[in-house]
Order: sequence, then C-alpha cells, then structure tokens
Amino acid sequence: MSSVARSRPAASAKSQRGAEESPLVKWTLITIALLFAGTFLVLPLANVFYQALSKGFGSYFRALVEPDTLASIRLTLLVAAISVPLNCFFGVVAAWAVAKFDFKGKALLLTLIDLPFSVSPVVAGLMFVVLFGLQGYLGEWLDAHDMKIIFNVPGIVLATLFITFPFVARELIPLMQAQGSDQEQAALTLGANGLQTFWYVTLPSVKWGLLYGVILCNARAMGEFGAVAVVSGRVSGLSETMPLRVEKLYNEYNAAAAFGVASLLALLALLTLGVKTWLEHRQSLEMERSQEVEEPSTVSHPL
Amino acid sequence: MAFKRSSPLPGFGLTFGYTVTYLALLVLIPMGALSLRVATHMTWAEFWKLATADIAVATYRLTFGASLAAALLNAVFGTLLAWVLARYEFTGRRVLDALVDFPFALPTAVAGLTLADLFSGNGWLGRFLMPLGIKVAYTWLGIVVALTFVGLPFVVRTLQPVLENLDRETEEAAATLGAGRLRTFFSVIVPTLTPALLTGFALSFARAIGEYGSVIFISSNKVFEGQITPLLIVHRLEEYDYTGAMALAVVMLVFSFTLLIGINALERWASRFQE
Repeated sequence: MSSVARSRPAASAKSQRGAEESPLVKWTLITIALLFAGTFLVLPLANVFYQALSKGFGSYFRALVEPDTLASIRLTLLVAAISVPLNCFFGVVAAWAVAKFDFKGKALLLTLIDLPFSVSPVVAGLMFVVLFGLQGYLGEWLDAHDMKIIFNVPGIVLATLFITFPFVARELIPLMQAQGSDQEQAALTLGANGLQTFWYVTLPSVKWGLLYGVILCNARAMGEFGAVAVVSGRVSGLSETMPLRVEKLYNEYNAAAAFGVASLLALLALLTLGVKTWLEHRQSLEMERSQEVEEPSTVSHPL
Repeated sequence: MAFKRSSPLPGFGLTFGYTVTYLALLVLIPMGALSLRVATHMTWAEFWKLATADIAVATYRLTFGASLAAALLNAVFGTLLAWVLARYEFTGRRVLDALVDFPFALPTAVAGLTLADLFSGNGWLGRFLMPLGIKVAYTWLGIVVALTFVGLPFVVRTLQPVLENLDRETEEAAATLGAGRLRTFFSVIVPTLTPALLTGFALSFARAIGEYGSVIFISSNKVFEGQITPLLIVHRLEEYDYTGAMALAVVMLVFSFTLLIGINALERWASRFQE
C-alpha cells in the first residue's frame, strides 16, 4: 500500500518552461489543498484535544484514572503486546518464504495474505463468533472445558490478530523482493549458516521497513473497533478496550471523558505519524548514501 | 516445473510451512467456518430471503451510495492533494505530506467521535453549516464525511508516486508543440494517471464499504435511514439472530472479494501501464 521509500523532494528545482502552471493556478491549488486538509484533518485532531480539556486539566486527569478507563488502557496494551509480536514474526517469516524463493501459487498466497484488508471488521469478528461462540462449532466443547474465548480476552486477541495480520508482511515482502538474494548467497558462500545470514545480512537491510510495518500494525491493533466490538461483549473493566471505552462513555453522555480516552488514542496516532516520518527520512538518507557509494563503481565499469 | 525453483538459500520448507499454517489458522479456517455454517444451516431460498429483505436492501443502498459518494470525493480531493504534494514546493509541504496518513493512524472510533462533534449544532463546523440549512451530523451527509475521511490516504498514496515518477519531458514536448497547460493536463497527464486513479478510487471504495467504527458515531443509526450493513449485522447478533447476521456477512464477503479481484486486476494493469 505505502512504502517507506516514498517521500522524496518534490518537483525538481529547475523550472521547466511550458510544463508548469501559472503561479495563480499553482497557489490556488495549494490553497484548496491546505483548506481541505485543514478542515478534514487538522480540525478533527484539534477538536479531540479541545473537547478533552474542555472541563479543565483536573477533570481530564480524573477521567483518565477512573478504574474502568484504566482497565481499558491495560487491556489495550495487553492485546497489542500479544498480537503485534506474533504478526511481526509471521511477517518476517512470510517475507522470507515469498521474497527469497520462487514457487507455484505465489500470487495466490500473496492475495490470501492481503485478504484481511478487504474483510469488513464486523464480518471478521463474526467469523470468530461462529467458530468459538456458544452457538459456534467449538462452543459446546469449550463450554464443557470451562474455556471462554468469545466475550473474553482471547477473542479480542484473535480478532485483533486477524485485522492486523497483513501489516508487517505487506511492508517487508516488496522490500525484500527488491533487494534480491545476492548478498545472502555471498554470506552463505563465506560460510555463514541460514540464521546468521538472516540476522546479519537480511535483517539490517530491511530494519526500517520492518519497524514501519510494526508501528502501523501497533496503531491498528490498539485502535481496532468493529471486530473487537463484535467479540468482546463489552463488559466494563473486563473486556473493554480503549476504543470501546470511548463509545461506552459517549453513549453514557459523558462526552468529555470519551474525548479524554480518545485524546490518548489521538496521541498514539500522532506518535505513529512522527515515527513514520522519521523512518522515511532515515530511509531516504541511507538510499542517498548508498547511491553515492555506488556511483564511482558504475563509472569504472561502464556496462 | 517443480513446485519450487531450486535456490541456494535455506529455510524454504520451514518458513513456507509456518506461513501457510498461520494463515490457515487465523484467516482461512475462520472464513471457512462462516461459509460452512451458512451452507449447512440454511437453504438457498432462506439465504436469499434474509439477504434481500427490505431492511437489508435499505442498508446496502445506504452503504454503497455513501461509499460511492465518498470515493468520488476522494478521487477529486485526493488527486488535488497528490498533485500539490508531488509537484509544488511550499512551506508546510512536509507537514501536509505526513498529515495525509493521519486517517490511517487514527482509530476509527476517535475519527467518528470528533467528526460527529465538529458537525453537530455546537461544533466548530456545524454552527456555521446548520444556519445555512446544511445538516451533516446524524444524516446521510455525515456518513459520507466519515467515509471520505477514512478513505482519503488510499487515493493520495496511490497517485503520489505515479505523479513523482511521471516523465516531465512528455509535458514539455506537448508544450513545445503548442498545447496549453490545461490541454497538456487532460491529454497527456490524465491518461497516464487513469489506472492509478481507478485503483485508488477502488481501494477507498472498498475500505468505505466495510467501515463501521467511524460511521456509527456520526450516523443517526435509524432503521431504513441511517443503518449501514455492518451495523445491521451487529444488531442481528445482539438479537441472537446468528443466521440473519451470517447471511448479511456472506453478502458483504462476496462483495469484498469481487472488489479485491477487481483491484488486483487494476493494479496489474496500472503496473504494466507504468513500464
């Protein structure tokens, strides 16, 4: 969907006569773009913090340390702490299999990995209800063994795992495909084993892309609403994540507290954007550096 | 050809096996369970009756109509944003570039909460729009606003790299041959952008169809009026009507997969187009 190596300086500095709009058109377009972004992106963000603090800092902090809200924060952190590493590990393993080898059905496998992106979160939640709910396939067996997955934390983790399934794999696969496997083959020739090759050769070259996938995966894991709403049962203090807490407080006409919890999630989004921008910056710096190193060699070997 | 082309790198069996197992456990088995349940627990006639009930059709109409409107809005404003980001240098460009991903990063519940508040009678935008007779919050328009918000990055991020890599020489050639800037835009740039624009449009449309979190805050959620299909599924579940919920879910799955196949075809076309 999006890749780290995207941001690069816009239009080259030298003016291209005839291939550029008049300054009037240019600045009109920029103004419309900024107005649109201001209305649809900046205002909603500013409004979250404004409403959260509308009753003062004291009331803001009191709303956040309320026991059910604290429980929702703990649950959200727990769910992310389980699901992000699992999907991160999967992403790395899948990227190795898909990017470094040629096999039949690769296109199908890639489509299947992408599948969770195109399933409505509510439908995703329903799938797990069908499988593990009391009316579901494994419901009676689970009930007999006193295990509860739906309307409980494991259900929330499963739904989150499903929703965030493709994030890391999607970032790593194109990156590792673009890098080919020459370096790995060289390392193997020099006597490194498979794990060493992966650890010292592959991983360092994809670390920014991996980190990028992880922060996106984490943002979605902490913010998922629809899928979690279906499987959680929404018991305050027990199976309520932060986004569900926002809805509960809002429905209880406690808008200021709802915005208080929302402000934490908005901070997470800002942090995610910040890290992402920094990663893109790092990536483009490294690409420039590697190009500088490569340049002399292309001169000495004109192929 | 064998299943796998030989390679000097180790670890294929292990990594491929793990990938397929994890995929099966987390994605394929749950999806299969839903399909199997629908196939074994209802006849085709029952399924059809549930899937085409008046109340269900009303939700499809709202979901598709609002998603289409949002995707069209995104196609227009997303193209504008991508163009401005790719072509112009101005103060705040980097901030704008980072902000475009904001809807990706912001939890949908927060987006719905703050948009509903902005457009309500007391909100920063609603207080100006309401006196003009424009009601956004708790109406059809509000759903479109929420869906536009969540879908915006798809169009911008699909178009931006294409615009950045566009060969400026063709445009210069067009200008040298006497074409005005507008003419160049429509006969040289737009045709090159079309595949990417369609892909971005389809991605944003697909995202809007399945969206739930942001919509339920800003919609009236009234039956026949403000109820999107995912919300009806949730209501069916709350009534313990699992069959009803599953029938609707299958309709949504069929539609998402059709869109997914379409988007894959578009992307292949777009990448061929770029070469």
